[in-house]
Parts: sequence; structure tokens; C-alpha cells
Amino acid sequence: MTKIKDFFKKHWIDMIVITVVIALLALLCASIYVQFNFEKKLNIFYKNFIDNEGYKEVLKGLGNTATIAVLGLIIGIVIGTFIAVIKVIPPYKRIVRYMQKAVSIYVAFFRGTPIVVQLLVGYFIIFPLLRMKIAPVDASVWIFGLNSGAYISEIMRGGINSVDKGQLEAARAVGMPFSTSMLKIVVPQAVKNILPTLGNEFIALIKETSVVGYVGAVDVTMAFQYLGSSSYEYMIPYLVMALIYIILVAGISLIVKIIERKLAKSERQ
Amino acid sequence: MKDSNKVIIETKQLTKKYGDLLVLDSIDEVIYEGEQVAIIGPSGSGKSTFLRCLNCMEDPTSGSIYFENVDIADTRVDINVHREHIGMVFQQFNLFNNKTVIENIMLAPVYVATKKLNKEKRINFFRKIANVFRKEKKPLIEITATKKSIIENARENAIALLQRIGLEDKADVYPSTLSGGQKQRVAIVRALAMNPKVMLFDEPTSALDPEMVGEVLDLMRDLAKDGMTMVIVTHEMGFAREVADRVLFMDGGVIAEQGTPEEIFKNPKNPRLQEFLSKVL
Ligand SMILES: Nc1ncnc2c1ncn2[C@@H]1O[C@H](COP(=O)(O)OP(=O)(O)O)[C@@H](O)[C@H]1O
Ligand SMILES: [Mg+2]
Repeated sequence: MTKIKDFFKKHWIDMIVITVVIALLALLCASIYVQFNFEKKLNIFYKNFIDNEGYKEVLKGLGNTATIAVLGLIIGIVIGTFIAVIKVIPPYKRIVRYMQKAVSIYVAFFRGTPIVVQLLVGYFIIFPLLRMKIAPVDASVWIFGLNSGAYISEIMRGGINSVDKGQLEAARAVGMPFSTSMLKIVVPQAVKNILPTLGNEFIALIKETSVVGYVGAVDVTMAFQYLGSSSYEYMIPYLVMALIYIILVAGISLIVKIIERKLAKSERQ
Repeated sequence: MKDSNKVIIETKQLTKKYGDLLVLDSIDEVIYEGEQVAIIGPSGSGKSTFLRCLNCMEDPTSGSIYFENVDIADTRVDINVHREHIGMVFQQFNLFNNKTVIENIMLAPVYVATKKLNKEKRINFFRKIANVFRKEKKPLIEITATKKSIIENARENAIALLQRIGLEDKADVYPSTLSGGQKQRVAIVRALAMNPKVMLFDEPTSALDPEMVGEVLDLMRDLAKDGMTMVIVTHEMGFAREVADRVLFMDGGVIAEQGTPEEIFKNPKNPRLQEFLSKVL
């Protein structure tokens, strides 16, 4: 009992503030509900979403968002690891220095231009130039993969540098070449160190995929845009859309946290 | 010195500079098969650098390093092939943290055997194609190993090595759970698993708690008795005196004096060696 009393004593200002905020929010909701004719809007959305099978479009959008984010992340990890390894090779040979220059330009390009620009240039210029017929979703997968590869390369380089130098030395000393030593010994330990950061990169990727509509891919955002424009009622679709993104991001954050805690535990063993 | 024996490693004019800092100053030295060489000397005198040059972990600035008559300092040589035969043990153990104890020991032997297997398969493949056009068919290499048999052999060998050091019950744990002495003994048998022709030790007991030094030295003593060629950088003067056939005293990037333990410890001539010994003994 005394604990609760203490709590109130300590936090009474916060409690009042929270109460006022909640009351204001409730007021806002109520006024929106009345003023915007919410009930009618809900009915329209329901009809559109269920009766006219709008949910199918949304599911398709969810699938595409997930495809682009997951495959993009995987491609990004492969490219990022490759770039990071190139960047840590001791630059004795000239070919190594050229490769390092090349990957630096790659990273600078993808980090220095907006993802929308990369999508548009890729989909409407590069792929046609290469005479490749490619679906919008596939194009988005590749461009997001190339893009996140640039970001992940920096993360991965930090991870590689955080692994004790002795690990690489020991692997080289038993006769394994640089590439094998990196692949079997250093990179796995680096990945373990950067797993939380990779989780954040995945979350960022999911949010960034909301622009793939620019090249005609139907993701979550586009699906709800269709739902809205087909009925000229945008409020509910966009609210639900925001909610879906929040749930997606919160869910992945939770998974990342759990993995992080598991890893911390295994470290202590 | 075992003069009649075969030369395993020979350095000629071995020089190493870090920038302007001359760390090794044209060292000519020979390591013979079956001998145990201890390297002593003050901190910063270049002992580690010299040892690490012997398997090209450090590339020399100039000079040659002959391992079984091949100059491994030559950048055209595939250094990895030669490192398979040169075991190395580090002060900080450097066990692979992402591998279990037995995986640590098996990794390199499996890698090397698999590399050889793949090479033989490749040769056979091209021979088969070439044989189609040949009148006199070239025989194929007889391959008995499989990926599975390679792993099984490596595992058997690893278990035998772990039994040798009494750690067979630790086979499946990760290195982080081992004591320092256990880690170093595993690191030594990891090097042994490759059947090296020579083993290099860089202060193998310096990172250990005093009570664990004994178990590691015992194992090294064992290796010496078995006739393993060993080059050991050490601060354990008692051990050097007991085990080494020959002691090298390094100072300022040169081998300032060398001889039998008797000569070095009883009759040091170099004043720097006398000073060094008066400090450490
Ligand atoms: N990677 C390096 N870069 C620059 N200087 C180094 C490097 N490694 C060693 N040195 C220098 O070389 C000298 C010899 O070092 P080292 O061989 O480790 O001596 P020891 O093992 O006898 O203590 C020292 O002065 C040390 O500071
Ligand atoms: Mg040293």
C-alpha cells in the first residue's frame, strides 16, 4: 500500500498530465467521429475491404513488401559482406587498391542518392538499357538489395573490425587463405556482433519500401492507396495502413530484442 | 647444435622495418630438424617479429626465408601450402571463438584434405576429357577419400589429441568456457593436428595465471621429447635451460649471442646478455 502511495506522491504531476492528454485525445476522437461522419466512412471501408475483396490487394501488398524487404536484406548482406571484406584486405597489390576504389564509389553512389531516384533510374533506364524485362517487384528487390548492400557494408566493416585480430592470424597460420579465413572465422563472429544493427537495417528497409509504387510495384502503401482512390475515402485506409506498418515494425523490433538477449546469454556461458 | 641434421628453416639477411624503425637487422640463422631453439631477450628486441617472419605472418622488408629450401618470402610462392607444415602457438591462444574445441582442431586438417580431394577430382575430370582424344590413355588418380571419410579421420585424430591432453570431455564446448591453461593446450594440439614439421611458440605461457603455466610447459616438454622441431620465444628461463638445445639471445634486432643453455646461462659473454640475465634470473 505504502508503495502505491509513494508512487502517487512522486508522480502526481505526470499523472495529471497523462490524464489531460488522454482526455484531449478522447475529445479529438469524438469530434472526428462526429464531424467526419466516421460511421459512414467505416461502412464504405468495410464494403470496399471485405465485400469488394480489397483485402486481397492488401495481402498482395503485404507479400510484396515482405518480399522486397527480406530478399533486399539478403542481397544486401551478401553484397555488404563482399564489400566489407574487400575493404579490409591489406592493400599491397594494385588490383586490391583498384577494387577498393571501385567499391568506395559504389557505396558513395548508393548512399549519396535518394532511393526513389535509384528506383526510377534502375527501372526506367538501367534495366531497359540491359534489355532486361523485369517486373516492378523484382526490380525493386534488386535495387533495394544493391542499396542496402552499401549501408550494410559499413555496418559489416565495423563488425569485422570488432573481431580480435588474433582470430584471422590463427586462421592464416594454419594455412587457410585470406578469403576462407574471413568466411569461416571472422565474418561469422562479425555477424554475431552486428545482429542488432542488422535488425534495425531490416526495419529501415521495410519502411523505405513504401516508395516502390513509383515503379508500379503494389506494396502495402499502394494497396491502401488503391482502396482509398476507388472510393474517394482515404481516411480509414490510411489509418489502417499506418497501423499495419506500426505493427510490422514493433513485431520485428521485438524479435530483434529477443535474439539480442539470447545472444547476450550465450556470451556469458 | 645438431649440425649433421637437415636444415628446416634458414633466414638470409632477414630484415624487417616498420617505417623507419629497423626491427630485424639482416639476420642469418638456421633451424635444424629435431632441435629445440629458445629465443630470449628484452622486450622490444624483435623476438616476436623474428618468429612471425619464419612463417611469413610478417612479410620481411628484405632478405630470404627458406623453409625446406623454398624461399617463402618470395611473393610468388603460395605461402598457405607451406604454413600447413609450420605450426604456430600464440600468447593469446587465439582459439576460434565461433567453433567448438573439436571443431577448432578439425578445421584446418579437413580444409587441407578437402582441398587436395577437390584438386584430384579436377585433375581426373580434365584427364578424362583429354583421354578421349589420346591414343595412350593417361591413368586416372585413384581417389579413396570422400568428404565423409576426411571428416571422420579428422575427428578421430582430434579425439586422440584431446585424450592426450586429458580434455576429451571438453570436445563440444566453446573455447570461452575453458581456463587459460586449457585453451593453450588446445591451441597446441590444434597446431599438432596438421602434423607440422616445425612449431613456433610466441611466449605461450605469458598470458597465463601462474598456476597454469606448468600444464602448458609439461605438454611442450612432451613434444620436445618426441623430437618435434620447436622455436620458442619465452621468458621462462628455467624451461629454456632445461628443454632447449640452443638459446638465441636477441637484442636490438640482431641475435647478439647464441649457444647451448650451458654457455648462455653459465658463461654469458655479451655484456647486454649479462645485464639481461642479472635482471631475469
Ligand atoms: N605492427 C607494428 N607496427 C609498428 N611497430 C611494430 C609493429 N610490431 C612490432 N613493432 C615494433 O617492433 C619492435 C619489436 O617488436 P617485437 O618483435 O614485438 O619485440 P619482442 O617480441 O621482442 O618484445 C618494437 O619496437 C615494436 O614496437
Ligand atoms: Mg613479443
